[in-house]
Amino acid sequence: MNRIDNLFHQKKNNILSIYFTAGHPTLLSTADILTELEASGTDMIEIGMPFSDPLADGPVIQDSSAKALKNGMTIKGLFDQLTNIRQKVKTPLLLMGYINPVLQFGVEAFCKKCREVGVDGIILPDLPMDIYQESFKKYFEENDLRFIFLITPQTSDERILMIDSISNGFIYMVSSSSTTGAKGSIVSTQVAYFERVKALKLKNPLVIGFGISNRETFNRASSYANGAIIGSAFVKMLNETTDWKKGISDFVKQIN
Amino acid sequence: MSFSPDERGFYGQFGGAYIPEMLYANVEELRLKYLDIINNERFQKEFHRLLKYYVGRPSPLYYAERLSNRYGTHIYLKREDLNHTGSHKINNTIGQILLAKELGKKRIIAETGAGQHGVATATVCALMGMDCVVHMGETDVKRQMPNVLRMKMLGAKVIPSMSGNRTLKDAGNEAIRDWINNPTDTHYLIGSVVGPHPYPDLVAKFQSVISEEIRWQLKEQTGSELPDYVLACIGGGSNAMGAFYHFIDDAAVKLIAVEAAGLGVDSGETAASIARGTDGVIQGARTKLMQNADGQIIEPYSISAGLDYPGIGPAHAYLHSIGRTIVLDATDDEAIKAAFELTRLEGIIPALESAHALAALPKMKFLSSDVVVVNISGRGDKDMETYIKALR
Ligand SMILES: Cc1ncc(COP(=O)(O)O)c(C=O)c1O
Repeated sequence: MNRIDNLFHQKKNNILSIYFTAGHPTLLSTADILTELEASGTDMIEIGMPFSDPLADGPVIQDSSAKALKNGMTIKGLFDQLTNIRQKVKTPLLLMGYINPVLQFGVEAFCKKCREVGVDGIILPDLPMDIYQESFKKYFEENDLRFIFLITPQTSDERILMIDSISNGFIYMVSSSSTTGAKGSIVSTQVAYFERVKALKLKNPLVIGFGISNRETFNRASSYANGAIIGSAFVKMLNETTDWKKGISDFVKQIN
Repeated sequence: MSFSPDERGFYGQFGGAYIPEMLYANVEELRLKYLDIINNERFQKEFHRLLKYYVGRPSPLYYAERLSNRYGTHIYLKREDLNHTGSHKINNTIGQILLAKELGKKRIIAETGAGQHGVATATVCALMGMDCVVHMGETDVKRQMPNVLRMKMLGAKVIPSMSGNRTLKDAGNEAIRDWINNPTDTHYLIGSVVGPHPYPDLVAKFQSVISEEIRWQLKEQTGSELPDYVLACIGGGSNAMGAFYHFIDDAAVKLIAVEAAGLGVDSGETAASIARGTDGVIQGARTKLMQNADGQIIEPYSISAGLDYPGIGPAHAYLHSIGRTIVLDATDDEAIKAAFELTRLEGIIPALESAHALAALPKMKFLSSDVVVVNISGRGDKDMETYIKALR
């Protein structure tokens, strides 16, 4: 069974997912970060594939992407780093990034590589749904990869239902109309949107991301969905800590 | 005639709308409404009224006799430099501000390189009483200071973009991020035939007034609507698309787009996105762009801030791929030389961008009977610092 499906099958609430950028803080930190995240009790992990022009990202992930590229990270390099990862790490893994580097790698080759190293799902926010369906869906399905769609406060109910009907794995619910980045709190307009989506009774699990940064926002978000994703706040911690092993375990404990 | 993409914004394999869900509602609203709005008779009347009385259109088509003698042919200059605000960019901003009003938007954002699009946007925002935020790469803020000051005087807020090379692409990224963060009240007023569908088509249609006028102006002056050549510089490609648009179906008219070679197309310091580009996705469109093997976008370089962009409008990628356009390039030095040549022969100081189009003249072989139209997309006031340096 796909590890993402398995996770949502076994756990319905407070699923903690963490995002970090591959190649940051150092080129070779990927495997160690994954191991430490799993050891600390993270339920699901998104590995960011750095891109030169991350349009949907705020300053923290822009910065980690630029540093990762400077460190020499590439998609090919990332697959090399992940080659034996499944001997150590059992947590569901997703790759998240932008379409252009994946197009240059070749979508079919990319999907095959993902399966080979044990990746379970893909998030490519700038790959439009219709093009995914027409041209690429078969490669994802052949390789048992979940392709995760986003919804936002601007997404109409009708479109959310349509996305639900073609999704598997889970739906990534962007918490507000914004680029990625930590925010201190969850405001009433967001709650209204969370409730609106909850009332649609979707068949897919929901995970809330963007702006989730600490225990309070994680718990708030999780009460309207199956869990939440923390990105920028985690990346920022990696930037600031000198002992990032301890930093990771403290960070995850502080949330869980 | 009408040169248009398919319903989803594709010109052959190029175009489309590769955007994150955060922008879907906005872009979809535009896609569904733009044709009805801009084809509406009242809209067209207001658009043309403003082009005539506010912008000063039609811009002259001027027979440049001394320049013609130099190249042994007949050269006509399409004087977009004489438009209000000093470039072709105003044609598009007039159209889009009227569109934004129809959509009920209150706040306008734009990206700018040379600052010409920023000034043209700030101008129409002042005219319509709308809030205006212009994103401009910090490098460009420094090299195009007169335009920064004009935007400020016009009431716009200029936000320096601090990512990447801090040039046009980075300003575009920041504008897109701004739009993601302000989806309901804001219209993103894109400055060229780039970005997700429907922008390339929308901007092409507003700029097509350039070639519409060239046709009747040529007929008046030469007896024929059709030139042998149309030349234009190409950054994102809006002035070139405007100058080519109504000639695309006339196969006898050779369409020449001139890219910025920077220090040379093989120097690694270039903005020649067709010569050095490969197929990929940049800022919402599938097109030709400069990228490395890993799909990371390569930072471009050109002395001209308006051409310093690593991609190209998808319609241009398409027209080039089917052989309808010929793409040439000009280096920084060639452009500066061409700017001085035009200035000394005709008393017209062109923008550095437009100087790239002129720099293609010595690279071509014309017949003495040929009729050549060069689009002078803008005037050189903003580039005086660069020109004065070259004088020394
Ligand atoms: C005078 C002038 N010409 C040309 C350009 C390049 O843009 P495009 O290729 O869209 O015409 C610019 C952009 O700033 C400009 O200011």
